[in-house]
Amino acid sequence: MADLSTSFLGIHSPNPFWLASAPPTDKAFNVYRAFEAGWGGAVWKTLGEDPPPVNACSRYSVHRDIQGKVLGINNIELITDRPLAVNLEEIRQTKKDWPDRALLVSLMVPCEESSWKSILTQVEDTGCDGVELNFGCPHGMPERGMGAAVGQVPDYIEMVTGWCKQHTHVPVIVKLTPNITDILMPAQAAMNAGADAVSLINTLSSISGIDLDTLSPYHAIDGQYTSGGYCGPAVKPIALNMVGQIARNPATATLPISAIGGISDWHDAAEFIALGAGTVQVCTAAMLNGFKIIGDMTDGLSRWMDSKGYRTIDEFRGKAVPKLTDWKYLNLNYKTVAHIDQNTCIHCGRCFAACEDTAHQAVSMTPLPDNLHQTQYTIIDEECVGCNLCQITCPIPDCITMTEIDTGNSAINWTQHPANPFREQ
Amino acid sequence: MSNAPVASNRLTPEQYQQNFADIKPALSHYQAKVEAARCLYCESAPCISACPTEINIPSFISRIATDNIQGAAETILESNILGGSCARVCPTEVLCEQACVRHHSEECKAVAIGSLQRFAIDNSTLHPHPFSREATSGKSVAVVGSGPAGLACAHRLARHGHNVTIIESHSKPGGLNEYGIAAYKLVNDFAQREIDFITEIGGIDWSYETSLGQTVTLDQLRSEFDAVFLGIGLQGHRRLNISGEDSKHIQYAVDEIAHIRQSKQLSELKVGNRIIVIGGGNTAIDIACQMRRLGATDVTIAYRRSTKQMSATPHEQAFARQNGVRILEWSQPVAAEATPEGVCIQFQKTATDEQGGLKATSESFSLKADMVYVAIGQYFLTDCFANSQHPPDTSHGRITVTPDNHTSLPDVWAGGDCVNKGEDLTVHAVQHGKIAAESIHRFLTAPEQNNSQTD
Ligand SMILES: Cc1cc2nc3c(=O)[nH]c(=O)nc-3n(C[C@H](O)[C@H](O)[C@H](O)COP(=O)(O)OP(=O)(O)OC[C@H]3O[C@@H](n4cnc5c(N)ncnc54)[C@H](O)[C@@H]3O)c2cc1C
Ligand SMILES: Cc1cc2nc3c(=O)[nH]c(=O)nc-3n(C[C@H](O)[C@H](O)[C@H](O)COP(=O)(O)O)c2cc1C
Ligand code: SF4
Repeated sequence: MADLSTSFLGIHSPNPFWLASAPPTDKAFNVYRAFEAGWGGAVWKTLGEDPPPVNACSRYSVHRDIQGKVLGINNIELITDRPLAVNLEEIRQTKKDWPDRALLVSLMVPCEESSWKSILTQVEDTGCDGVELNFGCPHGMPERGMGAAVGQVPDYIEMVTGWCKQHTHVPVIVKLTPNITDILMPAQAAMNAGADAVSLINTLSSISGIDLDTLSPYHAIDGQYTSGGYCGPAVKPIALNMVGQIARNPATATLPISAIGGISDWHDAAEFIALGAGTVQVCTAAMLNGFKIIGDMTDGLSRWMDSKGYRTIDEFRGKAVPKLTDWKYLNLNYKTVAHIDQNTCIHCGRCFAACEDTAHQAVSMTPLPDNLHQTQYTIIDEECVGCNLCQITCPIPDCITMTEIDTGNSAINWTQHPANPFREQ
Repeated sequence: MSNAPVASNRLTPEQYQQNFADIKPALSHYQAKVEAARCLYCESAPCISACPTEINIPSFISRIATDNIQGAAETILESNILGGSCARVCPTEVLCEQACVRHHSEECKAVAIGSLQRFAIDNSTLHPHPFSREATSGKSVAVVGSGPAGLACAHRLARHGHNVTIIESHSKPGGLNEYGIAAYKLVNDFAQREIDFITEIGGIDWSYETSLGQTVTLDQLRSEFDAVFLGIGLQGHRRLNISGEDSKHIQYAVDEIAHIRQSKQLSELKVGNRIIVIGGGNTAIDIACQMRRLGATDVTIAYRRSTKQMSATPHEQAFARQNGVRILEWSQPVAAEATPEGVCIQFQKTATDEQGGLKATSESFSLKADMVYVAIGQYFLTDCFANSQHPPDTSHGRITVTPDNHTSLPDVWAGGDCVNKGEDLTVHAVQHGKIAAESIHRFLTAPEQNNSQTD
């Protein structure tokens, strides 16, 4: 069996799966259950200064697909609403009882050096393995000058991270908000200040829906609502992109990453690690399925690693990074054409509708002479631009495949292309 | 359970209730949403062309999936005003669901279109009536027969603003929906409620206990009305033509089925214990299953060819077997003899001859029964034209029609079981009525019709 153990910033954990700072890590009761179930680590629910904030009732709402599956959830929960001393005491005991697990503590205090210094001293004293600076919370806390209010201003990130590096000996991870335009700017700021790593993404600002009976958004609190933070399966592509951009950018490429965002099963975890992540953090999947899901995540990941011959996490970490490039470097002579397997085709015509109405009219439709109700669909190779849309709409796995065509032309990208007036000569 | 030859009260009240409850229970909202989500919203949508009334199936299903149940119901009713009863009685396994592409996917299971259709109709608000009448045309049409064909025709004509008079020989409307369909397929008073819904459009008058050929003639109707639609079904019952057939222990299946449907108290029906059903169609299956469900312990269907050649679908045959009905193939009745308690039927074993026809073998056997039900088919009775000068043409024993359900007479249309077109199914009758109504509407609104002063 593959070895899933991880060392991230010198913090050891038996596997790369950490629980993200959120309700699953709110108190010792949860974290003990998580560790019993097999989670490799946990980032304690964000601590702040006393008195703790007060949460509103009705704090989650959901975004489902038509079949009722959860695409994402939206929350307006604040940082911990328990007294600091209670949390600190539980953290101390937890680390003592679970020395082999990674235990980090998420922090968010006002933008004053004294505040950060004070809390860091107290937290370090618990024996935890590291701290994560929550510069990402997009609701409630920014109104008080914290969370995303810091994370959206690179100068503040640099300033606060600098204080933290100065006042603690444990590793400092900066948790980034995705509610910005260019993730490289906050990442660079954290790096400049000496952050040991970044973790991303925190939640995306969102409204999950409008109740069409009351015409107020879900879930209204006494008739009113506020933007919340979106997470879960739907945010994974956004998180993957942000992780990928940091990993491939030469200036930030060496910055360790703990990846977060929509990780729901072992595939997602493997993908983030392939894009350079050192550990992965999970929140929604645990909230929707309970801690037991960790057993299936580690089992799936290690079997996949076995099947590929990877003995350790490091053997495939970052392997997808060199393949991520700019559009201008893509080979414009690369060509694929769709192919419909007539043996598995169920004649639904979804590919036809998609291509005929919204793509390149490259699917032909011919009635089958021997069956009144069936139609045969085939690809007109000359018209097909290889866009993949038909394959996406096909309900049958592997029925439509994209086949690579040898055009006989050698590779050429936009920087060399004759149609580019600014091409490199 | 009584073993007396013919008796009432064979079962407990709970057993009657259970045996005649809906055979296909309704979907819950949750089940309907899950099932609706299985529809692929196909471009080719072979289900649509496999539905004789061409309901826009993917559209109504996607409306269910998106919580627009009223929109789903109206999509169905737009194409098939009897969508509620069709959802219950259609052999969907050989119609829309047979065509569903999900059959070909690995799960090999069609979307449950019939159940979803029923869900949409049952969970929508049909009052006030969802369709409105166009301005009245001043034209009048006689619709003879109030079965599915007549009802569908009447509704479509009424929508177009014509005045419709339904001429019905019975005292109750509905045709076989009221008297023929197995009791557990159309439970309670669904058939009558559906008729109330249909007639709510307005512009439809009724003339009950009026029989074409007896009370009125076709010639009279043609002179009194601008057009006539015939939806009079099949009133002739095929006989066995064997000796002893007139025994009171030998009855026509359709008559007994009508009794069961009209019974207010199933426990009061006198039912035999040993039953033989002669025939191989759905009527044979229906009487056999209903007899089992009324408490008969020994029910045998005897068919003169193989089960493969039965017009009852494999699905229906399987249903009969599940109901504990025995099916004997290659068995042709040749004589009936009275016994002290019932009747004994002599059967000859049959086989196919070299030409593929049926031949008698030397083997024979006999079976005793308390009651025998004959279900070997209905035919069109031309008696209704006996006293009219110009009857419409018939072929193969039924009224000849064009694809528009137009008969050989310029102002007479016909549809449903009485015409020589399509299978004898409720849904085909509905489509015939609808097509005929559109054709009648074109005829009534054509310029030459309005200019000429013909009567
Ligand atoms: C026992 C049985 C079970 C069946 N089960 C199913 C089933 O499960 N699913 C399915 O799809 N199909 C089933 N069918 C077939 C289906 O019922 C018919 O195809 C359908 O009812 C035909 O409709 P119609 O309007 O043509 O005729 P009918 O329903 O027969 O209606 C004819 C109407 O015309 C009236 N009428 C007749 N003669 C005259 C006259 N001279 N003057 C005035 N009025 C007249 C009758 O009283 C009747 O109301 C079944 C048929 C039978 C017999
Ligand atoms: C209810 C809820 C509360 C959260 N609270 C915090 C928090 O206190 N501190 C923090 O850094 N992130 C918080 N998060 C964000 C998560 O840690 C995580 O970054 C985000 O949910 C994306 O991961 P996921 O898609 O696996 O859920 C919270 C998320 C949820 C759903
Ligand atoms: S064939 Fe089946 S899957 Fe396709 S549209 Fe019709 S019901 Fe839906």
